[in-house]
Amino acid sequence: MAMLEVKNLSISFGGLKAVDDFSVTIEKGQLYGLIGPNGAGKTTVFNLLTGVYRPDTGTILLDGRNITGKKTTEINQEGIARTFQNIRLFKELSVLDNVKAGLHNHYKYSTIEGIFRLPRFYKVEKQMDERALELLKVFDLDQEADYKASNLPYGKQRKLEIARALATEPKLLLLDEPAAGMNPNETAELMDTIRFVRDNFDMTVLLIEHDMKLVSGICERLTVLNFGQVLTQGETAKVLNDKRVITAYLGE
Amino acid sequence: MSFLSYLINGISLGSIYAIIALGYTMVYGIARMLNFAHGDIIMVGGFAIFTIVSTMGLPPLLGILVAVAVCTVLGVTIERVAYRPLRGASSLAVLITAIGVSYLLQNVALLIFGSNARQFTSVVTLPNLKLADGALTISSVTIVTIVSCILIMIGLTSFINKTKMGQAMLAVSEDNGAATLMGIDVNRTIAITFAIGSALAAVAGALLCSTYPSLTPYTGSMPGIKAFVAAVFGGIGSIPGALIGGVLLGVIENLSKAYISSQLSDAIVFSVLILVLLIRPTGILGRKINEKV
Amino acid sequence: MNKKKVRMQNGITYGIVVGCWILVQIMDKTGHMTSLLRGILVPLCMYSILAISLNLTVGILGELSLGHAGFMCVGAFSGAFFTKCMENVLPNLQVRFFLAILIGAAMAGVCGILIGIPVLRLKGDYLAIVTLAFGEIIKNLINVMYIGLDQNGFHFSIKDTMSLGMDETGVVIIKGAQGITGTPKASTFLIAVALLLITLLIVLNLIHSRAGRAIMSIRDNRIAAESIGINITKYKLMAFSISAALAGVAGVLYAHNLSTLAATPKNFGYNMSIMILVFVVLGGLGNIRGSMIAAVILTLLPELLRGLNDYRMLIYAIVLIVMMLFNSSPKAIELRSVLMERFKKGKEPAAKEEA
Repeated sequence: MAMLEVKNLSISFGGLKAVDDFSVTIEKGQLYGLIGPNGAGKTTVFNLLTGVYRPDTGTILLDGRNITGKKTTEINQEGIARTFQNIRLFKELSVLDNVKAGLHNHYKYSTIEGIFRLPRFYKVEKQMDERALELLKVFDLDQEADYKASNLPYGKQRKLEIARALATEPKLLLLDEPAAGMNPNETAELMDTIRFVRDNFDMTVLLIEHDMKLVSGICERLTVLNFGQVLTQGETAKVLNDKRVITAYLGE
Repeated sequence: MSFLSYLINGISLGSIYAIIALGYTMVYGIARMLNFAHGDIIMVGGFAIFTIVSTMGLPPLLGILVAVAVCTVLGVTIERVAYRPLRGASSLAVLITAIGVSYLLQNVALLIFGSNARQFTSVVTLPNLKLADGALTISSVTIVTIVSCILIMIGLTSFINKTKMGQAMLAVSEDNGAATLMGIDVNRTIAITFAIGSALAAVAGALLCSTYPSLTPYTGSMPGIKAFVAAVFGGIGSIPGALIGGVLLGVIENLSKAYISSQLSDAIVFSVLILVLLIRPTGILGRKINEKV
Repeated sequence: MNKKKVRMQNGITYGIVVGCWILVQIMDKTGHMTSLLRGILVPLCMYSILAISLNLTVGILGELSLGHAGFMCVGAFSGAFFTKCMENVLPNLQVRFFLAILIGAAMAGVCGILIGIPVLRLKGDYLAIVTLAFGEIIKNLINVMYIGLDQNGFHFSIKDTMSLGMDETGVVIIKGAQGITGTPKASTFLIAVALLLITLLIVLNLIHSRAGRAIMSIRDNRIAAESIGINITKYKLMAFSISAALAGVAGVLYAHNLSTLAATPKNFGYNMSIMILVFVVLGGLGNIRGSMIAAVILTLLPELLRGLNDYRMLIYAIVLIVMMLFNSSPKAIELRSVLMERFKKGKEPAAKEEA
């Protein structure tokens, strides 16, 4: 069974069809790319998948379960986690606490236990610290665990966002332009990290990206969006050589 | 007949709220700040008129002119000294500073005029209007208030729509940064907004104290809060919203005083505000704001 | 900040409170206590509790509330109501006061939930005005409330004492705008300090726990918090109602520090809410110790300025404005950082010479 199955998804804002009849199927463990020119509706697709917007029509099945119309919070609990194009970290919290916030629904103790510092508080907090540090290590952020998130350099902030998303133990990870603002070295490193995450966390990844090197380097399949509609989809190499795709990006 | 008279008095009270609310709404729309001291400007206007008319025995019209002048200068000075340095700071910091200014004005007035209530002589000396063979009396203050409010609304709307300065105000309220890039002097625009708002507060002070002729250093604070509520009610930032909000508030307040309970009228006014905001989170004429993800 | 640092910082905060208590005991024993100071001890703790609890809403949850005095009012009246009603049932004042605190906290907390459910959907200035409205409504309602008790049970009216319709055994407990009279004076400095410490414990431990992280994540970025599966409504309500309940505790303390309790614009009006907000902002948003210190300094300041009589509130206002300008104006911040830089530069060469 496919990990994500989207059928005929549409939404319009004030008469403008931002996403029009969008369908995609992503198999478990796939690294899938969503590309297209600026304003094509890529981020809107993410917002639809994560319940930020409710679709006008269409269905979204995650691992066989219908999650259409659910709220963002519920969708995360169903198993979709994401990062944002304009980084959205918890700026005033430490790097470690950003990840621990991501662990929220998987390591629990009651508020009373927390306020009165009952034994379970110490036990669970310790487990959370360990798990969070483990995740930070994957992204080479463990040395900065006590930093305030807003004090991290840009590239590391992007990584921290991915770490936080992974902390929620998703089945499907959505990355919105993960390499934006990174230099070629950082991008290459990021590609390794994404592969590592897929292999070691048993993850399915859908990413939006403009950096063609990253797209062709790690994505197995692609969907190209243009003016809210699917222009083409298929294997990466094939799609990238498609004339229509080149036209859409570069113009006639 | 009594209903009609309560209604008219409500509209009159509401007109005063509307004039005050204009000051709140314009400042909020343009400087994105809640000017808590606005209510106290009304009180300053009241005392200015009181000094000219009751203490010096000069004509009321002169009193109003002096009050307008004093309040305008005061408003612009406050903006220059206390608010402008905080441009770019958090809105909460500006709010607290405004509260400080409010305390300051109240306490200066307290030092000069003391805490005892002063009897205010109405600035309106026209005879009352008797209708339907004397069954319905409308006081001249009421009529003057309503007429002033209408004139101010018309004047302000055409000022904003027809003059260059008005257009600059609209531009600044829409997008501060873009307005700067278009060559609009944002500081000057904000200063003028404060000047207009404060001048209106002086007029509101004259009308308020003529309707309720007792003046203390705290006179402005509750009407100020109510006008603020009216501004939010109508949709803060919107000029017609201030009118609608103010008049509705005045009418609801007066009718509930008359028919339900005078002690509960404030509670009723505030409850209606909450209901309106729960149904329309940005007020009656407010624009919906969506956060981009 | 890592765990050790947090523990140390919290320890300092508790230490300050305990230290102040010891200082007061010493002053008392050595006869350095003025009656003015003695009278203000309980209010100082009360304002500290109020500031700390409001900081939970404004600084930690990041929502502006101008109705904190309303929750304090609910706590004060329900607590005082309880101690009055139970006069004959529970003769032990300490026990009654203890229960009154719990009841005041619970009632204020419940009000926090009831108000929070509809209004926490609103944002920023709109939330501020609605909470202000709620505070005024609560004050208004209590002012028209008459409750009496006779052998048949409770009687309720919103008109006057007569319409309660009690028989000759009846006692009026809440008498409209006159409020509750004859509340036993049970608030002592020791109890007040203990309550302050408990408030600190609750708020500080909450902040540094799973729930606190969730609350602060909502403050820092609501959309991201939703995206990692945090239940926004639940944690907003939690912060808001705990904050309300603690304000209720302060209210009970207030009610049992005076013999008459009436809801006036001065004690439970929006001016009080604003004053508490001033403590929070000057103490630093999210800075719990700062709230406490600001509350104490700003409560003491007008008292210390009493010699200046008429000018004291004027000075208070000017101090407030100047402090805000100094703390928050972008220019002042820049100036300070430039000065700091120079100060550091001045130090560095010296350090090198040493090496």
